[in-house]
Amino acid sequence: MNRKNFTLVKFLFSFLFLFASVYATLAQDAAEGETLFKNNCAACHSSTDEVLVGPGLKGIGERRPIEWIVKWVHNPQAVIASGDKYANELYNKFNKVAMTPYPNISEGQIKSIVAYIDASNAAPAAPAAGAVPAGAAAPAAASSGGMMEILLVGLLVIMVFVLIALLSIVSTLSKLSGGEADSEAPLMKRIAENAKKLAANSAVKTGIIIFALLLGGKATIDAAYGVGIHQGYAPEQPIKFSHKLHAGQYQINCNYCHTGVYEGKGANVPSANICMNCHNAIKRESPEIQKIYQALENDEPIQWVRVHNLPDLAYFNHSQHTNVGNLECKNCHGDIEKMEVVEQRSSLTMGWCIDCHRNTDVSAKGNAYYDRLVEVHNKDSKTPLKVQNIGGLECSKCHY
Amino acid sequence: MENSNKRYWKGIEELTNEPSFVKNIHNEFGNMPSENDSKGEALVDGSGTHRRDFLKMLGFGVAAVSLAACEAPVKKTIPYLNKPVDVEPTIANWYASTYTDGGEYASILVKTREGRPIKIEGNKLSAVSKGVLSGRAHASVLSLYDNEKLKGPQIGAKAADWAQLDKEFTAKLAAVAAKGGQIRIVSNTILSPSTKKVIAEFTAKYPTTQHVVYDANPAYGLTQAHGGILPSIDFSKAKTIVSVGADFLGTWVAPTEFAAQWAETRRVGSAKDGKKEMSRHYQFETILSNTGANADYRSAYKPSQEGLVIISLYNAVAKLTGSAALAGASVKLDHLDKAAKDLVASKGASIVVAGSNDPEVQKVVVAINALVGAYGTTINTGVAVNYRQGNDMAMANFIKEAGAGKIAAVIFYNANPVYNHPMGTALAAALPKVEVSLATNERADETASLCQFIAPDSHYLESWNDAEPKTGFYSLTQPTISTIFKTRQAQSSLLTWAGLNGDYAGYLERNWESNILKSGAVQWKNALHDGVFQPNAVSVSSAVPSVDANAAAAAISKVYSANATGLEISVYEKVGLGTGSQANNPWLQEFPEPVSKACWDNYASISQPTATKLNLKQGDLVKVTAKGYEATLPVLVQPGQAQDTVAIAIGYGRTKAGKSADGVGVNAYPFISEINGACVGTCTQGVSVSPTGETKDIAQTQTHHTVMARQAVVQETVLGEFVKNPQSGRFNPTVATSEGKKNATDLTLWNGHQYNNHAWGMVIDLNTCTGCSACVVSCSAENNVPVVGRQEVINRREMHWMRIDRYYSSDAEVEDLKGLEVASDNPEVVFQPMLCQHCNNAPCETVCPVLATTHSTEGLNQMTYNRCIGTRYCANNCPYKVRRFNWFRYYQTDEYDFHFNNDLGRMVINPDVTVRSRGVMEKCSMCVQRIQEGKLTAKKEKRRPVDGEIQVACAQSCPTNAITFGDMNDPASEISKLLAIEKEGRAYGVIEEINVKPNISYLMKVRNKDVKKEA
Repeated sequence: MNRKNFTLVKFLFSFLFLFASVYATLAQDAAEGETLFKNNCAACHSSTDEVLVGPGLKGIGERRPIEWIVKWVHNPQAVIASGDKYANELYNKFNKVAMTPYPNISEGQIKSIVAYIDASNAAPAAPAAGAVPAGAAAPAAASSGGMMEILLVGLLVIMVFVLIALLSIVSTLSKLSGGEADSEAPLMKRIAENAKKLAANSAVKTGIIIFALLLGGKATIDAAYGVGIHQGYAPEQPIKFSHKLHAGQYQINCNYCHTGVYEGKGANVPSANICMNCHNAIKRESPEIQKIYQALENDEPIQWVRVHNLPDLAYFNHSQHTNVGNLECKNCHGDIEKMEVVEQRSSLTMGWCIDCHRNTDVSAKGNAYYDRLVEVHNKDSKTPLKVQNIGGLECSKCHY
Repeated sequence: MENSNKRYWKGIEELTNEPSFVKNIHNEFGNMPSENDSKGEALVDGSGTHRRDFLKMLGFGVAAVSLAACEAPVKKTIPYLNKPVDVEPTIANWYASTYTDGGEYASILVKTREGRPIKIEGNKLSAVSKGVLSGRAHASVLSLYDNEKLKGPQIGAKAADWAQLDKEFTAKLAAVAAKGGQIRIVSNTILSPSTKKVIAEFTAKYPTTQHVVYDANPAYGLTQAHGGILPSIDFSKAKTIVSVGADFLGTWVAPTEFAAQWAETRRVGSAKDGKKEMSRHYQFETILSNTGANADYRSAYKPSQEGLVIISLYNAVAKLTGSAALAGASVKLDHLDKAAKDLVASKGASIVVAGSNDPEVQKVVVAINALVGAYGTTINTGVAVNYRQGNDMAMANFIKEAGAGKIAAVIFYNANPVYNHPMGTALAAALPKVEVSLATNERADETASLCQFIAPDSHYLESWNDAEPKTGFYSLTQPTISTIFKTRQAQSSLLTWAGLNGDYAGYLERNWESNILKSGAVQWKNALHDGVFQPNAVSVSSAVPSVDANAAAAAISKVYSANATGLEISVYEKVGLGTGSQANNPWLQEFPEPVSKACWDNYASISQPTATKLNLKQGDLVKVTAKGYEATLPVLVQPGQAQDTVAIAIGYGRTKAGKSADGVGVNAYPFISEINGACVGTCTQGVSVSPTGETKDIAQTQTHHTVMARQAVVQETVLGEFVKNPQSGRFNPTVATSEGKKNATDLTLWNGHQYNNHAWGMVIDLNTCTGCSACVVSCSAENNVPVVGRQEVINRREMHWMRIDRYYSSDAEVEDLKGLEVASDNPEVVFQPMLCQHCNNAPCETVCPVLATTHSTEGLNQMTYNRCIGTRYCANNCPYKVRRFNWFRYYQTDEYDFHFNNDLGRMVINPDVTVRSRGVMEKCSMCVQRIQEGKLTAKKEKRRPVDGEIQVACAQSCPTNAITFGDMNDPASEISKLLAIEKEGRAYGVIEEINVKPNISYLMKVRNKDVKKEA
């Protein structure tokens, strides 16, 4: 999921609720609640009464007292163990699969989530907000290189034809001026003859050879530059996991599985226990999901194939880009939510990194780290502060 | 004292201008591999290549590379099956723990990445170690990944399983106990109260058990003189420090703690109201120790004089305080009377320490300390220190009993007395007479290999334990990795054999709950989190132990003599390798000793006049014989050492420690003598040194670079001058211009850099740097610096990013040969940490043809390995010689069979730092990975980094805080404040006159010497 969407959605929500005076005070809470809900709950619960892994949460605020909900979210097992009737019924109804505890979500935050659920059911227009297209389209990185080459070659071919045609016209004209009455020969034949003559011309021969060599040389250099670049690399994975389904259809936040993406250097391929949060209830019988069960039973980790490989000499940190730089995952990874099999969309070359560092504005707003830098930059520049202005092109930002 | 009048030299060969030195002086890269190199076989792959072969290989290489590049290998990414809650891949976890090795102690923080410990740092919460670590503690993380430790228990040198060992061993023990046979547990000092309790449980089960404690480098004499305890010593309260043979900054009792205290008395400030007082430090010793090198006044004596030196000092002090003199021949030593005068003058803030392990000598030291009012101020008998609990008499007695066949069973608890006890050979001969023998040692070492059972203990980083370094001060050890091999904690083993539950972790917690925390305010979990549990107040006692100084003096006079002729041996401990317990640790083997700058060896160190007298020169292989033991080692000429003495270090000559240690040097423990019932590291009778006619190179690092006759590399003054003028010893280079003389640093061709964000810089105080080199090990651990081995160090290709330059100096003029000779007998010493200076006008940056080394907007000189093509121009142009060239691939290469050559050893690699390959230049990056990490943390929290939050490895591991690192753009940072004061005082840039504007400043050394009278 992209973060800009959230901000937009947040904004839309606030807008809607400003009019609905009843909910006006709740607007902020609901906005916070939505982020929390999507990050933590949406994988198993819907905000309507639809049952996913766990029960739909529509009307949860009326169904249970808030104190109970807080206790349950913080430690469901404890509530079940305390002999709570509702809890035990729920536990048995859902095949004795307990909910993951979230001790870090505060009471206030839980209230916000409930507020969001109520708000989303009260305002039917709101869920549609998710469908609003992304505000700023990611710069299209379509590789126009191939097209250009075909065009160029086509133009060249046309030019050669034009040249030959012109030459035959010239020879016809010269013959005409010479008074020779050999004009009965058809034009095409004459063109063919002239082409033969042209081919016999040593200067033209040399020209063609040089041209071919240049073309060959360029192809070689281009191919050499392509060595080690695996754009489009989409290896088959041991388990046919579909991002299209999980990230696209079910809108599960990337962060739910890739736990390190806002925190650490690596985004982290999820451990099997994260899969089990849902799949101990959903589609247990699927042969692909059975592979996860087998891995867990045999204590053999799943060996995924790495798609995005940076050389060891380059240091890349996800959190710098996602958390600090506020970049969306798709900036580098493309439309993951549309990929059945994940492939490498960007070239991941140094030139690609540098380009982005040249063109991207520093996400400095609200970050006190950058305050002085922005101030100094604005003193003698009218353009916004780019990554390259604060050393984003320096070697030891990535190589050490 | 004008700086240019002083002559500095790096080694004897430079002073005497030896041909080998002159030959190499302009040779940037040392022994360049050449076609005619007769040592070709010693050099490794590729170095003897001919031009044609090179071209052939180049052609083949290009083809191979292009073929190989066609298909990229499939890389796997393997997540946890069940991710532990606390572990987030790529994010480090830190655990508080405790390092103990014999009597060494440090409260530590262990950095783990993905569950493997990779770095050890000090725990500042500890009131005892206060966050300081020795080089050995830093290196101990590599000992964890030692592939040559035992992989599991052994019975009779055959692998066994634990159940089998427990069954067989307890059966044999029961048989011994049934017939009342004597059982002994032999160990080094045990700091752990819970372990002692476990031993008590074992003794309760087998009542004939006695626990024998000894130390490889004991302080038995000191303990005896203080009625069985070791008192707390606080050098920070001292104004006059006199050490007689105690290397308290390097090896004596608790050197890192003492160094921190000592440094506090040496810190001065150039500001008007800055501290202008320093302690005065006198050192009398045989060898030139690390401590002696830092002393203000120093003179040398022979080991046979040691006791009488103490008596002479006592008498000099007694004369001034009006007490009765002791009987005994007096020894005339330079500065001895002056030392006595200062001791009495600063009464109540004076301290005398002696390194001798002779109880009689220590008794007289107690008497001197009583005279100068040390008890209750600098020495506190109210808090006992537990670092050395060894009882030399008991150990000697045990070996004699074993020899007489009186011992039925013995358990060596992580002790290796066959190697590290002077009577080791006798013990080895006696062991077959013992019915049941077992060792819990981590490897089948000299002792364990002679035992019937080996029940290997886990490494301390894999273990639960506790420690009580000082009475009432507790500390916890927690495992930071599960056991790598099938080892078991020795405490668990002892509990199991005593028929109890072998769960030591539970035992430890219960013991803490009931005996240490006592359901007080601190919970077990908090104590475990902090790593320490300590009282708020320290009790101070000024009680003076009662000693009979006269009787002690009489005993001394029997053993020592004031003017013995003939050669004597002094056995000493090295700062790096210590007693040899971690000898198989390549970081420690490659650790250049602070003074000799030698690594990978021990040697017979002798003074120049003695060498001349014996017709020996550096590198001659000699046979040293004494006490019926002979050792063959190379000669090292050591300025400052006492005449007619041979000094040999312990810790070497291991035979069963592993490939890095075996056969390196010779064992010096057998030279240790028994004097007045204690093991004293001297041998004064019947010593002979005879040349074998062969030679052996010593891997010494110091003269690998020269200062090319440049002045002002080190700058120093004396306190008296400094008080008058904070810039007294400073050398301010000037350049003649058409407009008259100008400061060299004011003229420049460059535009300079503008640092809008950070400006990283470092200040190194030469006054508090003791040269201990803990930073060198810490740097190697942090930055994946490869170990290159003995031969490559000799080839002048060591890779340390940080080196500690040691300069000898004297006031004598260059032409004054006589004066220089005197000076070389007892030179002054300066230590100068040298690392990339991150110059603002960096000479290396301008000569790199591929822009592999560039300047950052934060003031760092960046080195980009993947861009470097290895022209080495940058190293040629570096005035500080801090760039290191990777001649070879030091990982996964059998020629360099150290930790980078096996999977286990590579676990220590810091995953945030590239492992460099051959053909590239590398150098100090100012721990840019830490800077980047610290900045990122700040950015994530939307704030500026706080001063001190980002620390480089060397600054952070300096026991004396001699290195200050920080952001010079932040006016509130410590470095900015320090530089604001010292810019007009002691701060200088090395070789300032070439105006490279380094980001590292040095603070001039100030010696607390008398101001010299103008002649």
